[in-house]
Amino acid sequence: MPAGGQGNLFEQEPFPKAAHRELGNTQMRKNLRHATHSIRDKRLKVVGELPDWEALRDAGSTIKNNSMATLEERLLEFEKNFTARGGVVHWARDADEANKIVTDLVRGTGATEVVKVKSMATQEIGLNEHLESEGIDAFETDLAELIVQLGHDKPSHILVPAIHKNRTEVRDIFLKEMPVVDPNLTDEPAKLAEAARAHLRKKFLAAKVAISGANFALADTGTLGVVESEGNGRMCLTLPETLITVMGIEKVLPHWEDIEVFMQLLPRSSTGERMNPYTSLWTGVTEDDGPQNVHIVLLDNGRTRALADRFGRTALNCIRCSACMNVCPVYERTGGHAYGSTYPGPIGAILSPLLTGIEVEENGSLPYASSLCGACYEACPVKINIPEILVHLRGEDVDAKREKHKLPTQMDLLMKGGSWALGKGKNIGLLEKALPLGRLAAGKDKKIKKLPGIAAGWTQSRDIPAPPNKSFRDWWSDEKESK
Amino acid sequence: MSAKEEILGRIRTALADTPVTEEVPREYRTTSTMSQEQLIELLVDRLVDYKAGVDVIEAEQIPDFVASKLKDASSVVYPQGLDARWLSALGSEVELRLDAPGARLSVAELDATSAVVTSSAVSVAESGTIILDGQPDQGRRAISLVPDHHVCIVPVSTIVQLLPEAMPRLSITRPLTWISGPSATSDIELERVEGVHGPRTLDVLMVRGL
Repeated sequence: MPAGGQGNLFEQEPFPKAAHRELGNTQMRKNLRHATHSIRDKRLKVVGELPDWEALRDAGSTIKNNSMATLEERLLEFEKNFTARGGVVHWARDADEANKIVTDLVRGTGATEVVKVKSMATQEIGLNEHLESEGIDAFETDLAELIVQLGHDKPSHILVPAIHKNRTEVRDIFLKEMPVVDPNLTDEPAKLAEAARAHLRKKFLAAKVAISGANFALADTGTLGVVESEGNGRMCLTLPETLITVMGIEKVLPHWEDIEVFMQLLPRSSTGERMNPYTSLWTGVTEDDGPQNVHIVLLDNGRTRALADRFGRTALNCIRCSACMNVCPVYERTGGHAYGSTYPGPIGAILSPLLTGIEVEENGSLPYASSLCGACYEACPVKINIPEILVHLRGEDVDAKREKHKLPTQMDLLMKGGSWALGKGKNIGLLEKALPLGRLAAGKDKKIKKLPGIAAGWTQSRDIPAPPNKSFRDWWSDEKESK
Repeated sequence: MSAKEEILGRIRTALADTPVTEEVPREYRTTSTMSQEQLIELLVDRLVDYKAGVDVIEAEQIPDFVASKLKDASSVVYPQGLDARWLSALGSEVELRLDAPGARLSVAELDATSAVVTSSAVSVAESGTIILDGQPDQGRRAISLVPDHHVCIVPVSTIVQLLPEAMPRLSITRPLTWISGPSATSDIELERVEGVHGPRTLDVLMVRGL
């Protein structure tokens, strides 16, 4: 079994505990409800405009499956083409190795600061923190990442990392943390965007090194693509002399024409726009245009581990659009921080444990962070069957724990009991005879308020009504006799 | 073992069950059903929705329209391959700055330039997307990025309805910039607001007869 991923892929505490705490943050819940509902409506509207949306999903899903099935070939093809056009390819087994490669590359340029385009992969490997420990300052340039970085906060959404903050909170962070800022700054989003522009302008114009992620790599041409809105991406990808891209190996697409599918699926699914304002594509080095030193770090960090799970590997098809979190009733209430990992929401609940391995105890509770309602599957532009993988991982989790503990757990005993009781009509009849005993446990108000052991979770937020005097079976046979 | 060898080995182990590849079902739309007038109307609608300025004009009107869009500009950068006649009606108070191989403007010079005029390669009406591919009439990427005002010429003959129709017209290995409206963000409460780091004003001149 290939090695599991490291870095920011782990829950920080069991999900139920984290969720319980986050649910207490009413401001965050209000912000999230507002944001997720407005994006849902927008997404539905622009998706509804395309008569061939389902055909695009089918194509996207198959292209990704094919890419994963032929991953070695695709990566080698990409490497060959990217290299032929003047780019340099590096391979990183895990987070530590990727961080080291990037640090050495930055050092080699003599720069002590870098500008960054928003990237999930660098978030996952904790690159900013690593660079800082090596004396290199990394400046996030995406507005939401800037809000998070200035607020000494953590991202809570993969597309809009500061979704848990509303406009007034953003203004307060800017007033407090920006070295030069208009003290009369209002909380109008346009004014906040302008403040971010002024804050970052000098950085862009002076930057020698930029670090980016990539939304896709095209194997047959060696092309990389970044999808963005603000122009901060274009600044980073165009002005510095050196560009270092960190990308998960699963992002490679077989044919360059395939982007015609993904560039229809991605913007509509993520920001609910017909197209994002800016998309940049570059193939190695172009003489006299843009960075002349171009690198890519191809990152495994558990992706081969996920690929080895034949029921879970489609999670690697994810294009990071975030449609699943925007429709998820669990995410909407707990927010992204409760998941601990860089990848929150429904996709995070499967991707994080698949990357690290479910037997890593820290990620055992993530597959349970779902009501299995299926809204995520319906919204997913590449048709990842998230509920099915959640159930599969729950099974894996139970097996892993059984292996570890040897002794049967409460759940094992309950399941055994259930199997005996439900196995034969006679057995359940026998059990039902004891049902009226439950009335004793219910007390005067005819409610059972606390169940013992692991069943206590069920009664934590609801009561069970006292059972009836008589079971249905008894009632039925009495009825029949009396006729 | 090198990292590359090890990762490729892990991939082979992971795919030991040899998953099959399938023919990609490409049932999605790849051909336009619209007349040129409908394409123009659709592209205008999309660009206006993105808060870009749009005018549909005849070829001989280009110089006047460029001049009127740039009436507040003090300097304008243009790429070497741009039709010089397009800039012929600009007032003498507007400084013209050519960006050409061997005579590149520095980043600081671009930052001190009010506007840029470029042409474009292909436009997709359905998504309101204008694609620049770095040909001589569009120039290198920095010139259409750093100045705060972009006047972009879209020849009507380069408009297609669907993204798949645009693909054969692109040289993918050139540096490509796809532009759908002025710079914008959805990062605050997931509501789109225009104007962050890229050009905050985008004026599109859609030209018939080009």
